[in-house]
Amino acid sequence: MKSFEILDNKDTRSGFGAGLLEIGKQDPRVVAMCADLTGSLVMNLFKDEFPDRFFQAGIMEANMMGVAAGMALGGKIPFTGTFANFSTGRVYDQIRQSIAYSHANVKICASHAGLTLGEDGATHQILEDIGLMKMLPGMVVINPCDYNQTKAATIAIAKYFGPVYLRFGRPKWPVFITEDTPFVIGKALMLSEGTDVSIFATGHLVWKAIEAGHQLAQKGISAEIINIHTIKPLDVEAVIASAKKTGCVVTAEEHQMNGGLGDSIAQLLARTLPTPLEMVAVNDSFGESGTPDQLLVKYGLDSYDITAAAERAISRKN
Amino acid sequence: MADINTLPEIARQVRRDILRMVHAVNSGHPGGSLGCADYLTALYFHYMVHDASNFTPHGNGEDVFVMSNGHISPVFYSALARSGYFPTSELATFRKLNTRLQGHPTTHEGLPGVRVATGSLGQGLSVAIGFAMQKKLDGDTHTVYALTGDGELQEGQIWEAVMFAAHNKVDNLLVAVDFNQQQIDGSTADVMGITELVSKFRAFGWITLEMDGNDWDDIHRVMPQAQNQLGCEKPVIIIMKTEMGQGVDFMMGSHAWHGKAPNDAQLAEALLQLPVTELGDY
Repeated sequence: MKSFEILDNKDTRSGFGAGLLEIGKQDPRVVAMCADLTGSLVMNLFKDEFPDRFFQAGIMEANMMGVAAGMALGGKIPFTGTFANFSTGRVYDQIRQSIAYSHANVKICASHAGLTLGEDGATHQILEDIGLMKMLPGMVVINPCDYNQTKAATIAIAKYFGPVYLRFGRPKWPVFITEDTPFVIGKALMLSEGTDVSIFATGHLVWKAIEAGHQLAQKGISAEIINIHTIKPLDVEAVIASAKKTGCVVTAEEHQMNGGLGDSIAQLLARTLPTPLEMVAVNDSFGESGTPDQLLVKYGLDSYDITAAAERAISRKN
Repeated sequence: MADINTLPEIARQVRRDILRMVHAVNSGHPGGSLGCADYLTALYFHYMVHDASNFTPHGNGEDVFVMSNGHISPVFYSALARSGYFPTSELATFRKLNTRLQGHPTTHEGLPGVRVATGSLGQGLSVAIGFAMQKKLDGDTHTVYALTGDGELQEGQIWEAVMFAAHNKVDNLLVAVDFNQQQIDGSTADVMGITELVSKFRAFGWITLEMDGNDWDDIHRVMPQAQNQLGCEKPVIIIMKTEMGQGVDFMMGSHAWHGKAPNDAQLAEALLQLPVTELGDY
């Protein structure tokens, strides 16, 4: 099991803010809108540098999606910013018709996703957003794992034409992806090669999967850790190749089991390469208030849960 | 730009198109389409600056029209075809399998003239504002025109957009509300009152005008006034009174023909009231 140095401890939303500033400097077509959460999404960096290209949307997410669609259809590259809950469920029909169906080049950027939002509780802890967004035809869905990857993803999506959902979070989290690691939309990132079990993880749980990899190594189990930052389009070849090699699979994500990354991988493997599969995800439940660490433990998303899932998956191999 | 004296005849042909299109597939929305036939004719043949022969999805360098009430697609398609965006013969494919003329307008099949999908109500005004802001950012001095239904004003997103446009001084936007006071379940007064529109929009900071959208003299009186109000740091709206089913006597005066197609006899009777023009049927 490969060891990863913790380079820093930073929130992924700050990676988004830094990436937005950088791509704003590179491409004058980039504009940004935020629904009264400019500081929370660290969009103040862009706002201060490009006040004429930043638009305060107010607490009007539906209108923000429509205005962004119009600007995109006219030739701009709008980035919308609000919490993940208000970026998806609240405005699903606006995204579906004005953005996805109209193929508007809008980048829907969503912070505070999942349980690690913490103390604000279940009203704000959306665990359904990946599923909602991946069902929309043509929508790209990305959930990066640390500050550096979020920054790189933010820059990458501006260079891609088409609607994108970019999901990130609130807490400070270990930074372990190096700054020079290329971000390729739809390309899985091999973190550590192994032979006994494949662990496909996305978002904050990628770090938990690495921790689980070390726990498994101590038990003499060789885990392959793969970072699926792009849930749609899924890197089909990478998933199948790893599942074929190890013979069993664990998925890990800060999302409902229904509709998430595990659901996408299970569907793929059921159709192409039936493989024992265990999912580490929230099981048809809302979250609650608590610290991020407490919540990950309570809802079964900790590194020990990934380790246990890997052992279950291995035991199901023929 | 067509001579204004020819506009009534074009609008009559548009009305024939609408009736024949919905009759052919026994579905669609003739009522609001007939009511807005004069306004779309006025826009596409006289008041908008646009180039039908070189359609671009982004609309840079020309006026842009967003029809938020997408269900009145028959009038939109006829106005587009009659002004040269695609062959009028294609109107015969309306709502049929593999058509570019979907039940509600979309960019998805690449129909020239359509820049955004509409149909789920309340969204097009926000999109129009986005187009208008993009034009300002790019120094494009053309105008964005938008049309909404009046029942559509019941959607919350409309009022978000109304507030947003005024706050951002989106003054290159000219919106018309199709004030026919009818919706699917009955009159707007019975279903969900949308009273005092003029004072509502004024209170939100819009320049507000009133117009009879089925009276050519009034259209030519109010439209230049509305255009003159552009660029005054406020969005402009016309409360446009129309009659659902305008031009066909038995379709006027109620909500009955909002989303109902005429049968063979009704079509024949309706077309008798709207004689074919020199433009000819598609």
